[in-house]
Amino acid sequence: MTPSSRTLARGPVWPLFVAVAFAAVALTALVLIENQKLLGAALAITAAFCFCAARFGGVAATEVAASENPWLLRGLITVASLAVIFVLRDDNFGLLMLATVLIYATICLGLTVQMGYAGLTNFAAAAFAGTGGYTAAMLGQQGGLPDALVLVCGGLVAVFIGSLLILPVLRTRGHYGALTTMAFGVMFNVFLDANDFFGGPQGLKLPGINLFGWDFTNDIHIFGLVLSSYVNYVILTGILTALAMIFVGLLDRSWVGVWFDVVRLDETAASVFGLKIAYWKVLAFTIGNFLAGLMGAVYAKMTGFIAPANFTFGDSLVMVSIVILGGIGNRWGVLPAALIVVLLPEKLQFIQEYRLIFYAVLVIAILTMRPDGLVARRVRKLRAEASA
Amino acid sequence: MGMIGQHLLNGLMQGTIYGLVAMGFTIFFGVMNVIKFSHGDVLTLGAFGGLVAVWAANALGLSVPLQFIVALCVAMALTAVVGAGISHFLIMPLRNAPPLNMLLMTMMVGTAIREAIRLFFPNGTNPQRFPELLPAGGFNIGPSFFRTDAIILIIAGAASIGAVYWIINHSKFGLAMRAVAEDTETARVMGINFGRIIPLTFALGSITAGFAGMIYALYYSEINYSMGLLLAVIGFTAAIVGGLGNIWGAIIGGYLFAGLQTFVVAAMPSMSDYKNVFAFVLIIVLITWRPTGLLAERGSERV
Repeated sequence: MTPSSRTLARGPVWPLFVAVAFAAVALTALVLIENQKLLGAALAITAAFCFCAARFGGVAATEVAASENPWLLRGLITVASLAVIFVLRDDNFGLLMLATVLIYATICLGLTVQMGYAGLTNFAAAAFAGTGGYTAAMLGQQGGLPDALVLVCGGLVAVFIGSLLILPVLRTRGHYGALTTMAFGVMFNVFLDANDFFGGPQGLKLPGINLFGWDFTNDIHIFGLVLSSYVNYVILTGILTALAMIFVGLLDRSWVGVWFDVVRLDETAASVFGLKIAYWKVLAFTIGNFLAGLMGAVYAKMTGFIAPANFTFGDSLVMVSIVILGGIGNRWGVLPAALIVVLLPEKLQFIQEYRLIFYAVLVIAILTMRPDGLVARRVRKLRAEASA
Repeated sequence: MGMIGQHLLNGLMQGTIYGLVAMGFTIFFGVMNVIKFSHGDVLTLGAFGGLVAVWAANALGLSVPLQFIVALCVAMALTAVVGAGISHFLIMPLRNAPPLNMLLMTMMVGTAIREAIRLFFPNGTNPQRFPELLPAGGFNIGPSFFRTDAIILIIAGAASIGAVYWIINHSKFGLAMRAVAEDTETARVMGINFGRIIPLTFALGSITAGFAGMIYALYYSEINYSMGLLLAVIGFTAAIVGGLGNIWGAIIGGYLFAGLQTFVVAAMPSMSDYKNVFAFVLIIVLITWRPTGLLAERGSERV
């Protein structure tokens, strides 16, 4: 790649600003507006804007601008996130929802690595998140460990439990593989329901996070402003999501990502080229389970209470739906999809009761009409070839 | 010792239900290479349809045997129509999509059915009592007590398994079905009406679900909106363990799962809450040992 080919491909930068600003405004509006009619109007405007952007090449322009100015993008997202947090600073419920969306999104990033990159089916994401949550609860009861370690332990225990499933996951394929994780997901729930040691169906209580002496249950006082204590959690989950996003992006761009693709698309070809299929599958499974366990622990700490009912097979299905909805294998699609699936039912009061049926119809509609998801994954392009 | 007969009967009963459900899974897979996960919820729908039919027949003043026949017919007709509808409107358009999409879609169809029953059936969140339509009472052999209705249901279930087996292997429709399963392209060239065989196959598979739903309702005298989910997971497990696409495998898988559950309950009564945990652990071990089922489909992979 020569320097001149790079300058040739440069596009305008402004779509990036517009996109980030629009996302921030839309997000704030969706969280803040309580009036159902106004909310409906806001949703319609958002949908229309997205549709027009896709129709008239705005999305493509944004993608080009984003890939050319990665640090500008990261900076803009940081600024926009801080602005959103500032506007929502005393809206406890809105902040809690935002943090929940980020937790779901991060778990789904792990699922993207497993299902989108390496082609493993995992119908037990909620069970792995639950493993992390219960680890945090049990360690919290013992006391003694700093919370940063507790959260990491949540991820590690999920990886450990997942490693018990590695042999069946590696040996089976397709529908047979779906069975192993599904059976595990259902089993996890039945086991917790029956078990008194882990609190049974009533669940367990656990204290909030205290990270390096910073107590997350306190409000933040800064420059004479009072920020709700939930801002702590939004910032923490935001940082974790950003890290996971960057990590998964690097993974995808590196040779590891190419190898994942080869393993997913054609195992025979992969083994002919000397790739150790089992190794890459185990790696992807481990990364995904770690993220699920870690975020499960954060979730448990944030809500202060966990029960088997939080981590059912239905929740695993919701997580897989987010991945499919966003466009399987596309890490950016996960964010709007998580937003739609987690936030909308909370906001639209009339679908609260009909939440699950709403998900079901939404996913059926997406699968029949737009099977690649909202933001389809692009075919990998090598830069030299693209600019030639 | 008296408990052994009891456990045996209970295990046989559950095995028959699981086997019927698993048979549906394996029929759909054999013909279309899809897992129709909404199968369990179609079963629930059949049971609720039967319940409504019993209420209606009761209101019309029909006698109990007639009520039974009406309920059975309604349950089977309802599941047949719903099964054929799902295949025609949702599964056929997606048949070239990745298997994961199809699996997810049928799971969501199942969720939609389940939630619709919960929300729109009067008092649907709570379990519904199903009237006893079969002769009550029973008899003793030695120390064990056998319920008459259970015996009737097991025989009926086994007979229906036999009937489906006969349809698939000895009727003209079954021949067409097997031809489509073997090679869709060639079957169409030979003049088999593909667009008609597929919905009919799904109707047949769904009728077995409706039948299983009625057996469940009559045996336990109680139905609820979510009973289909666990039955679907267990039926799918049974079909997988037996080897997808193999009818005998599905039936063996169903009885095996029921046997495992019953064994845990009989051997360790204090652990009976964990019976599904044990059964699933054993199933995972089993599938690790034989990754394509006990009666594996034989076939080489083309590269």
